[in-house]
Amino acid sequence: MTRAAGRAVTRAEYCVVACAEAWRDDGEILASPMGTIPSIGARLAKLTFSPDLLLTDGEALLIGDVPALGDASSVTEGWLPYRKHLAMVLGGRRHVMMGASQIDRFGNQNISCIGDWARPRRQLLGVRGAPANTVNNPVSYWIPRHSTRVFVEKVDMISGVGYDSAVAAGPSATRFHDLRRVVSDLGVFDFATPGHAMRAVSVHPGVTLQRVRESTGFALAAVPDGCVPYTREPTDEELRLIREVVDPRGLREREVRA
Amino acid sequence: MSDRRGPDHRAGKIMTPDEIVGRLESGMTLGIGGWGSRRKPMALVRALLRSGVTDLTLVSYGGPDVGLLVAAGRVRKLITAFTTLDSIPLEPHFRAARERGALELVELDEAMFMQGLTAGAQRLPFLPIRAGLGSDVLRVNPHLRTVTSPYADGEELVAVPALRMDAALVHMNRADRFGNARYLGPDPYFDDLFCEASATAYVSCEQVVGSGRLTGHAAPQSLLISRHTVTGVAETPKGAHFTSCVPDYGRDEPFQKAYADAAADPEAWAAFHARFLSGTERDYHLAVQAWHKEQR
Repeated sequence: MTRAAGRAVTRAEYCVVACAEAWRDDGEILASPMGTIPSIGARLAKLTFSPDLLLTDGEALLIGDVPALGDASSVTEGWLPYRKHLAMVLGGRRHVMMGASQIDRFGNQNISCIGDWARPRRQLLGVRGAPANTVNNPVSYWIPRHSTRVFVEKVDMISGVGYDSAVAAGPSATRFHDLRRVVSDLGVFDFATPGHAMRAVSVHPGVTLQRVRESTGFALAAVPDGCVPYTREPTDEELRLIREVVDPRGLREREVRA
Repeated sequence: MSDRRGPDHRAGKIMTPDEIVGRLESGMTLGIGGWGSRRKPMALVRALLRSGVTDLTLVSYGGPDVGLLVAAGRVRKLITAFTTLDSIPLEPHFRAARERGALELVELDEAMFMQGLTAGAQRLPFLPIRAGLGSDVLRVNPHLRTVTSPYADGEELVAVPALRMDAALVHMNRADRFGNARYLGPDPYFDDLFCEASATAYVSCEQVVGSGRLTGHAAPQSLLISRHTVTGVAETPKGAHFTSCVPDYGRDEPFQKAYADAAADPEAWAAFHARFLSGTERDYHLAVQAWHKEQR
């Protein structure tokens, strides 16, 4: 694992590459990353294999350059105030990577509250844009701390729509529903199984499948040959871009424990 | 530049914040513009806190406007998609009220909320949207219905009911005395829709200027609000504080943090209220200035 920069690849860097991969082959659409690692991942994707992606400054502007995380953009290529952003969600030319306080085997996600909605044990963010996102454009999730508290059998409030819920709601809900992948600090997951139950696509180097299973509150769907590969290595160029261009301050290391 | 048509002698709609709040009544459905902790009409909210107006149904992309009114016990029902301080993910008064079970809530998706405002502005009973299908928004809002397309697709979509309000409060960067108003920052939010979907609407602004100075060198599309949708105009410098009102000023992050810290504890909140919210708007700004001096 000797790299050009002379340092071993960190867990956070595997996570960045795994998040970047979510936007591969997406073409000319808006990448909406939420959280530090997805933000680095989206920028890395744009600088490498997905150059046509659109990015925002996190507020109302589409940026034409790829500044380091935390730095101001110097090129504005478009205007995307909230009203246009919401219209863009409904139009579908967008792939968002959201967080999740809870997620279940079919990809139902909760960011609203924990406990009974009528009187929650813990109020969280509210549904925000999750219901619109999940039935209108591709959605992925980023979970910085993979645990049985997050990966649950059943979420308390369905904010983001999972496969079983979309099917139950009918063709208008499934028409554009497309959950691409779940990236956690332990591995990469998707729903490309016959019943759309979550399966492990890869585990990050240093992580065992056993640990993933113990940290997941439901049984992951079996993979055909029973063998889950490691998440791919970043290229030297990707490592250089992550470390020197997109995240020179090392913010990624604060979101994921080593 | 002189105005070739001569001076405009119409009286205009200038009011004080207290006069605006004097037009509001308990039990009203009240819309509040801005978004989260961004360009909220906080001077008008503070005037509302000084009044006896209560039992409100609030319609808001919620921020500290919701928090302050909820903390003061003025809100019977809240219609929202979130209540956030942006740099602090969750409004603490809102969280506390929810966890006490003390707040009647209509929780909508952000785009559903926009569609509801649009229906309200266009006097439609509802607008269809895909958002909400398959989510628990429909479970926790049993009043929501779906509608089936009459065309060949036969799609079944959510019918978002119109959000109509008795009054709307918004804050803009500039306005004239007739109610034409501009935003100067990068985002208009939904303030025009709030005004159009309300029976009455009140605009506070950083500065009232002559109509001839409204556009200046700026593009006319920044004139978001038109006077025919506006009932009253108030000049409230720093009237969005502590939320952002760019480019006039950004969010007062240290003060917002002090607000949030105080809101998490009843005793600290009583002290915060006594220091900042028990006097006039001028008292508020003097107390904030003094507080900032102490922090140095």
